[in-house]
Amino acid sequence: MHFAFSSEQLMAAEVTTQLLQAHCTPALLRQLLARDAAREDSRWQALSEMGLMGVLIPTDAGGLGLNETDFVLLAEAGGYAALPEPLVEHAGVAAPLLAQVQPGHPLLTAMASGTSTLAIGHPINPFVADADTATALLLVHGDTLHLVRRDQTHITRQPSIDPFRRLYQVDWRASDCTRLDGAGPSDALLDQALNRGALFAAAQCLGLAQRSVHLAVAYARERQQFGKPIGSYQAIKHLLATAQVKIEFARPVVYAAAAELATHAPHAAMRVSHAKLAACEAAELATRTAIQVHGAMGYSWEADVHFFLKRSLALHAAWGSPAFHRGRIAHHIDGQPLGPDHTFYNGTGHV
Amino acid sequence: MNLTYTPAQQAFRAEVRDWLACHVPAKRLASFDDSRDGFEAHRTWERTLHAGQWGMVTWPVQYGGRNVDLISWLIFEEEYYRANAPARVNQNGIFLLGPTLMEFGTAEQKARFLSAMAAGDEIWSQAWSEPQAGSDLAAVRSSAMREGDHYVLNGHKIWSTRAVYADWAFGLFRTELGSERHRGLSLILFPLTAPGVRISPIARLDGKPVFAEIFLNDVRVPVDQRLGAEGQGWAVCMATAGFERGLMLRSPARYQVAAERLVDLYRRHGDPNDDVTRIAVHRSWMDAQAYALSIYATASRLSAGGTIDAESSTNKIFWSELDIALHQTALAILGPRAELLPSAPTAHRDGDWLEDFIFALAGPIYAGANEIQRNIIAERMLGLPR
Repeated sequence: MHFAFSSEQLMAAEVTTQLLQAHCTPALLRQLLARDAAREDSRWQALSEMGLMGVLIPTDAGGLGLNETDFVLLAEAGGYAALPEPLVEHAGVAAPLLAQVQPGHPLLTAMASGTSTLAIGHPINPFVADADTATALLLVHGDTLHLVRRDQTHITRQPSIDPFRRLYQVDWRASDCTRLDGAGPSDALLDQALNRGALFAAAQCLGLAQRSVHLAVAYARERQQFGKPIGSYQAIKHLLATAQVKIEFARPVVYAAAAELATHAPHAAMRVSHAKLAACEAAELATRTAIQVHGAMGYSWEADVHFFLKRSLALHAAWGSPAFHRGRIAHHIDGQPLGPDHTFYNGTGHV
Repeated sequence: MNLTYTPAQQAFRAEVRDWLACHVPAKRLASFDDSRDGFEAHRTWERTLHAGQWGMVTWPVQYGGRNVDLISWLIFEEEYYRANAPARVNQNGIFLLGPTLMEFGTAEQKARFLSAMAAGDEIWSQAWSEPQAGSDLAAVRSSAMREGDHYVLNGHKIWSTRAVYADWAFGLFRTELGSERHRGLSLILFPLTAPGVRISPIARLDGKPVFAEIFLNDVRVPVDQRLGAEGQGWAVCMATAGFERGLMLRSPARYQVAAERLVDLYRRHGDPNDDVTRIAVHRSWMDAQAYALSIYATASRLSAGGTIDAESSTNKIFWSELDIALHQTALAILGPRAELLPSAPTAHRDGDWLEDFIFALAGPIYAGANEIQRNIIAERMLGLPR
């Protein structure tokens, strides 16, 4: 029993955070918006050169062959920066799914290097994120998985309140050519993809929640009213402390979910749902608190907090609504032993 | 990252479980707050634990412990709460003063106090607050003036839990005449039976004498009952407060077992159409899980040489609010019978939810009010100006 990341995992997260601190500033996000561009190629390339795209791709296919525990902090760093590019959908969900179905698929190598991007249309989500910049799309028809080239689809943009979230309705035709052979029954694979999607959405929520608190703290230290920084008043302190408490008790759930998904613990799905619920709640509270602390500035386009509020709103029901995840928790509570000796998987009855 | 128990940890759990199954009293002991008899029954239980070498498993063997790590302590606590074993009457001693003695005590002090503490021979109370020094603890005025190889204690302490029946207290005193705030304070251990000590019980809001005022009038204690250096009392106390809020005072198993019982209570008595209550039940269960995961992460970090700092304040806010929400939900499930005392002829016989709710109400107040914890989080964790 050792509930902590390795120094390598912490180092990778630190380097990613630093890279995004330089290459994903709010000012750069605004430039991207002004150009109406979908992604910043240089940033995608920088992240790719660090190996991030191949974390969950097997080494034989040019990836790093690591697992969810290695990726979760990277997804959190992406959330902290409100990263516009589809790091999580591509590297965190689509890549491991394709690798599970066809470990030798030639696209995996290009995905690991970041030269090709794979979008994913999972049945839990009504739309496909970043379909426009994808080389190909992983789609589901009935109980079969399909790999469809972008130019074989017709896509319709569904503008989101989050300007960096590029959602598309995808019209396409399934055929023998698009079907991914070797997939077998897709249910279990799609469940795993859903769990990765929900887990990494939760990790992004943790990151954006923490960033919102940090933005508000920075503002409250500077902004003066009644002759003092507003951050010296307990009304402000307690709002931010309450948001921080929410974050602190979502974080270990997200990390445990990553570790348990990586080791296929039987209750991993329950933990992922708990993580998604807790992290979404933390993000909601932290983003709204950050806006409140900023006062009228917080409600303006000029302050950066709205980027995080909008991402929080977008991720709220992505990869399963709160009702969906509460349902999975209820299923666990109704059917499994609950005592403190069952906090972790104890190694008996493994299927 | 490894979220599975080692074979040794699983064997330890089995050993704890077996021992508790044979030794936990079948009948719940009378409350240690209501009567001397109840208090002494709990002391007897502490002696039973000690005889089995279970008094405080993390302590060195020479002081009655088993020298196991914090993960094993969590396992012990999980089994302890699962077994519905008696509440620890000496929790101020073993969970708060004990770790402080381990860190700041001299070899002689450890030998003198730790074994007697683990054995239940000396039950401890905390003497920190004073009438004008509650949240503002640095405003304490009680003094300990040096006279040769003794201190002479004078002053008035208040809100000392279990001081009505306890044997000893650890208190914060001014050892430097005219000193102010955090300077000139020392932590001093004194027997509650010493000449010049007068105990005056304070009734809790339900009338039970769970805490007391301690009046000190020229109480003489030897200098070697000072813990830590003279004038360093504040730093020593804050170390105690870190343990108190952070890790040991409220182990997660307490809430996990309560949440499990809440789920059972809802199954038996809940209205299946009442979605609000069902969601509240599930939330309590999730929050107890989250608290457990957080403490496992902290224990893992401490085992690897890390420290505990302002996060002890986030812990204290979380468990105290969780405790109230959990018991409020239980009362909601019990409906009109929730208000009945156990003495009522038609009282439900389904747990001590009302008593435990009343106790939970104190959570956001004791061990540093939650508003003070929020200040600590804002200033030390987030860096907001004082």
